[in-house]
Parts: sequence; structure tokens; C-alpha cells
Amino acid sequence: MEESSSTSNSTSNKGVKVVGFWVSLFSQRVRWGLKLKGIEYEYVEEDINNKSPLLFELNPLYGKVPILVHDGVSFPESRIILEYIDQFWPHNPLMPLDPYHRAQARFWAKFADEKLLDPAWFVLNLEGEDQERAAKIVSVHLEKIEEMIKGKKYFGGNTIGFLDLVLAFIAYILPAWEEVASIKMVDPSKFPGIATWTDNFLNHPVVKTEYFPPKDQTLSYYKCRRHELLPLYKSYGNKIWTYIGTQ
Amino acid sequence: MADEVVLLDLYGSMFAMRVRIAFAEKDIKYDNREQDSVNKSQLLLEMNPVHKKIPVLLHNGKPVCESLIIVEYIDEVWNHNSPLLPSDPYHKAHARFWADFVDKKVNDPARRIWLKKGEELEIAKKEFIEALKLLERELGDKTYFGGDKFGFVDVALIPFYSWFETYETCGNFSIEEHCPTLITWGKKCMERESVHKSLADPKKICEIVFTVLRKKYGLE
Repeated sequence: MEESSSTSNSTSNKGVKVVGFWVSLFSQRVRWGLKLKGIEYEYVEEDINNKSPLLFELNPLYGKVPILVHDGVSFPESRIILEYIDQFWPHNPLMPLDPYHRAQARFWAKFADEKLLDPAWFVLNLEGEDQERAAKIVSVHLEKIEEMIKGKKYFGGNTIGFLDLVLAFIAYILPAWEEVASIKMVDPSKFPGIATWTDNFLNHPVVKTEYFPPKDQTLSYYKCRRHELLPLYKSYGNKIWTYIGTQ
Repeated sequence: MADEVVLLDLYGSMFAMRVRIAFAEKDIKYDNREQDSVNKSQLLLEMNPVHKKIPVLLHNGKPVCESLIIVEYIDEVWNHNSPLLPSDPYHKAHARFWADFVDKKVNDPARRIWLKKGEELEIAKKEFIEALKLLERELGDKTYFGGDKFGFVDVALIPFYSWFETYETCGNFSIEEHCPTLITWGKKCMERESVHKSLADPKKICEIVFTVLRKKYGLE
């Protein structure tokens, strides 16, 4: 992480800023995390398809959103940001309190980002047999998530927490990708636990009242991405399966 | 009731080495159970059904998986001595970031160095050195990544040091030539008992890679 330039107006030395992208599921985690803690923040929009120098100033290694800027110090990587927020402002804890459940939350968060998101992204941006194959991989991984939510209102238990925020993309991004790519990934009849959790999550008073990417614009955005990426991913051929692992 | 602490281990795995170093730093006694990566045991498959990989920590029968998650768990549970993570939020986030960087940017190209040939090998070497150089810059003139104290990022990276000889042999290059400060750091870490007792012998790793693994992947 880098200390931001103190001369830049957009990175002042006090307060909390989130540098994000309006539809980024990673940025959205941080926004919800801060809202759950009742922390006011300034939002700075960054077009990830046309990256500004600010992005590389604040996140020189990865040049990605989200970035939390707190008292002039920048923090990238959404899961690391959430744990930082949780530790710095310990009220309304996001992480479980005991080490074992904290380890489980971290494990499933890593799993979601590394094993679930990649094949889901390929479902959005592939077609035909390749798309079906990617969807099968998503389905196998969702079974594990379904197992985890059984009997619980939220992944955090009775209250929303870190893992709910990390897995939130299942509730609103995957349905958008399903609609754009004309294929079902999160079938409620197959994943009733996830379906119920989705309702609980999207109706949570804090989730509802914080900024939420507008649905129509979200669909248009991902339609464009699919249009651009379909030919590119097709050209990768079998390399895709090496990348996301076979199931 | 005494704690039951079991590690499902695999000789040569840098991920398992991380956990062994953490245990040694904290002077924790545990039962080390070497696993077979080909014929995976029922215990491994039960305790890590998602990835079916080592290391797995079993603490009173409850599994914790993924090496950096295990190391954090160890640090939180056995918090009476030798803290591996800083206590303040900023430095903790900073340590997590760089440990994660090792997993994201060092591990994959490192693996490709001994797995690939020709142009793919050259690309892997370039990416590997680039990542090490960034880590070198982060280290700066500190003794350890943690500053004066050996910590989380050191634990994350030092096991790869035991594989350096293998990478250099496969790739026909010298890591010290590109990253001398990192080699100095590696030697300093190796002076710690927790490290030199936990790291695999570089010569044995080389032997395993050349006589078993590369053959398995059709490279020898």
C-alpha cells in the first residue's frame, strides 16, 4: 500500500474515501461494510475501462478498485479492506469473534473469489457447450455454499457479516449475468437455502438503503462486456479450462 | 484437557512449511502426519473436501485449511508469544496484503518455472523475478518484512527460498544476481531455528522435482 500524495485534492489526509467503480461487486462490498459500521465516506468513481493516474497512484501494484483511503493511507483488495474496517471500527463486528469461525469465514471468502467467481464470469462470456461446462462448475461450487447456509438466516448467523458481504454477488450480480447470458446458474429449486438468503440479504435494512447499482444499467454494462469478450474467450480455446480448473 | 494439534503435511510443500514455521515460532507441540499427494488419505479428503490439499490443521478434530488462513488462526489462538501479525489495523492490513501478493504473484510463475519449457519458461522466469523485485523493494533495508520482528510476510515467503535452487536449475539463472537483498534476507531467516528446522532441504526438493515431478509431467 502506498501513502497518497498530500497535494492531490482527491486524496486529502483526513476522513474516509472509497475509490470504486459503480457496478464493481468488489467496491460494493466495501460500501456496504462502511454503511454497516455507520461510517460516512466520500465516494470517488473510477472508470476501470479507462483507468486514471489516480488509480495507479493509490494502488500501484494492481491498479484496481476498490481502494479505501483512510487518513491519507490507501488500502486495496476488498477482503483486506473489510477486515481493516472491522478492526479499526470494532462496533457492529463483521467478522465472527472466535478464531475458528473467523478462519472458516476467510476460507469461504477466498473460495468464493477464487473458485466461484471465475467460472461464473466465463458463463457470462462464453456460449454453447463451453458456457454449459462453466455453468456446471459454478453449480458444483454453489452446492458447497448451499450446504453452508442451511439453517442460517445469514452466513454470519443471525446478523449480516463479512461472508455475506463477500458472497453478496450471488444475490444480485449472478442473476444479472444469468439474464445477459440467457442461462441459469442459481436455480432456486436446486439452491433453496441460497434463494432464501438472497431475499434476506437484499431486504436487509442497511443493504437496501445504501447505494445499489441500478439494474438496467447493470444489464447494459454486462451485455457490452459479453459482446466484447465472447470472441476473445472463444479464441483462448482450452486454455480457459486450465485457468479455472476442471471439475 | 490437552489440545490435540495435528498437521496434515507434505514434504517439500512451501504451504505446509509456513504452518510448521508458525508452530515452531510459538513453540507449539503437534502431531505431524505426512500425506501422500497421489493416494490421498481418507482423513485428508474428509478434512479438506473442498480442495483436497495440504496443509490442513486439525485442532481438537476441527479442520482449518489454506496455509495463510491457518497461520492467522495459529496466531490468534496461541497469542501468548511470538506474534506473527502486527496488532494495529494498518500494519496488519499491510502484512496481509504482502502475504497475499506472494500467493498471487510469486507462487504461480514459480510453479511454471519447473513445469514449463521454452518460451513459457522464459515468461515464468520474468514474472517471477518481477514479483521478487517488488518484494525486495517492500523489504527495503529492514531486517525482516515485519521490521525488526520476523512476521507474517516472512513466514509467507521464506518457504519459497528452499525452492530457489530448483528454480535456478530449471531456469538456468541466478536469483541472487537479480535480487541480492532478498537472498541476504533469506539467509538471515535461515538463522532462525523455526525456519531451518521447518524448511525442506533444497537438494532434496531438487531431487524430487527432477526424478519424480518433472517426469510425471513429461518434462524428463
